[in-house]
Amino acid sequence: MERLLQILCENARQTNAELGARLGLTEAEVAARIVALEHDGVILGYTPVIDREKAGERGVTALIEVKITPESGGGFDRMARRISQYDQVRGCYLMSGGYDLTVIVEGKDLYDVAKFVAEKLSTLGAVLSTATHFQLRVYKHDGVLLRSGDEEERLPISP
Amino acid sequence: MDLDAKLSDQLRGIPRSGIRDFFELVIGRTDVISLGVGEPDKPTPWPIREAAIRSLEKGQTSYTSNLGLESLRAGIAKYVEAHFRTLYDAKTEILVTVGVSEALDIAFRAVLNPGDEVIFHQPCYVSYAPTVTMAYGVPVPVNTRLEDNFALRASDVAKVITPKSKVLVLNFPTNPTGAIEPLDELEKIAALCVKHDLLCFTDEIYSELLYDGRQHKSIVEFPGMRERTILLHGFSKAFAMTGWRLGYACAPPLLTAAMMKIHQYTMLCAPIMSQMAAIEALKLGAEAYEPMRQSYEERRNFVVGRLNAMGLHCFNPGGAFYVFPDVSSTGLTGKEFAMQLLEEHSIAVVPGGAFGPSGESCVRCCYATAPDLLVKAMDGMEVFVKSRKKQ
Ligand SMILES: Cc1ncc(COP(=O)(O)O)c(C=O)c1O
Repeated sequence: MERLLQILCENARQTNAELGARLGLTEAEVAARIVALEHDGVILGYTPVIDREKAGERGVTALIEVKITPESGGGFDRMARRISQYDQVRGCYLMSGGYDLTVIVEGKDLYDVAKFVAEKLSTLGAVLSTATHFQLRVYKHDGVLLRSGDEEERLPISP
Repeated sequence: MDLDAKLSDQLRGIPRSGIRDFFELVIGRTDVISLGVGEPDKPTPWPIREAAIRSLEKGQTSYTSNLGLESLRAGIAKYVEAHFRTLYDAKTEILVTVGVSEALDIAFRAVLNPGDEVIFHQPCYVSYAPTVTMAYGVPVPVNTRLEDNFALRASDVAKVITPKSKVLVLNFPTNPTGAIEPLDELEKIAALCVKHDLLCFTDEIYSELLYDGRQHKSIVEFPGMRERTILLHGFSKAFAMTGWRLGYACAPPLLTAAMMKIHQYTMLCAPIMSQMAAIEALKLGAEAYEPMRQSYEERRNFVVGRLNAMGLHCFNPGGAFYVFPDVSSTGLTGKEFAMQLLEEHSIAVVPGGAFGPSGESCVRCCYATAPDLLVKAMDGMEVFVKSRKKQ
């Protein structure tokens, strides 16, 4: 991955001037490169990494294993795209191994997710089976460790 | 009892650390953005930490050989050969120490007689002069200059050599300036060491942290130097392992044995868990430090650009993770600058004078600090500098 993307992954809120200063590019060069990356669909968006519990979020997240019948011609793509359309679905990935899709679903509560699985997901013709796993606690999200609160501070001044 | 009267004269002769004074002002304040540290912002890479955890789980909690674990010394020999193109025998020429700090201390104590002179370039790491004094040596600082980007002139070294000169200490890249020594000067300095039969202690602790594609060359690689050099290196900086307290000295057998004599009685050995971690660090090598090095280089680019843009003259340092801007354009000394910046903007930098009088017009800023904090620090500093220029 190009270096600009790597350091945007560390922190996407750096200004173009800051990014440029780090990489030895002008502000305008960085701006142009980012526009191109966005235009080409390499950069799809910018989101914060949130400790949802600290943010007071009481909702639930589930990982659902989905088995589906592949379609002739389209394989899994059409179903995967269709499942991805639901707002509740935060992620959808084609997997190797014992099942076909991993679907990450968020809901207000258990019931909410259960309802989604029963009424939306299972009722899709090609879906053969689902197995729902609820997430209990987050330790690391999108490559960022959640703070446990017992981190040692380094000394403010040292030789 | 008058305890003060009981203290050793040698100790009394050592002034309070300038860093310590400043530390007292900062400590306890939670609002401070600090560029005052001398260590990486990230914890030790996980595989290295894990190696130490594994070794604890296995119950490896004993003393080791005084010299250090044999497998670690073998790893060091390989690493030093690759990085400094110099071969050391793992059995007789490598001593594992509690940081470069201990290595420096025992190296001085091993060779100095009262009155022997030790030459070193200033501004420099705060421990050199006191460690020399405690070993009954006489510190002989040589000032390096802003106009030379704090590189050391061989001609300045030549001026201070006397019949009492015994050791020359070098540290490139340099704490606190980030200076790099040009090869032609280094060659002349090596020739001076040979000509005047000086020992050379080369503190290589920042040698991995070089920028702009530079390759490191140590004085030990010059003709006639290996036999008179103690190469000091450690894991603190490149591998982000300051708290592990692990370093090493490489030197000819006689010098190693001399240092070992002190080490075995005062330290016995370096902690085994740190040694186990260090074995893993050496296995990983550049894989462990290169991502950090690259990130420091980018942060340096950012900080140097901002400092110069706000009117603080700052050369582009070739290594380590410090910049050493001259703040005289604000009409302030480094100390006044640091104090007032702390008071008004809660940003901590270290007064350059803490590293020797030739740094008094400068401050040291460590850019091994999270990029978002660097941005805030530079924004605050810019406001501060503007306010001073108007006056
Ligand atoms: C130039 C220099 N030498 C030695 C040390 C001490 O290193 P260690 O942690 O290996 O004792 C430092 C630490 O700041 C340093 O900057």
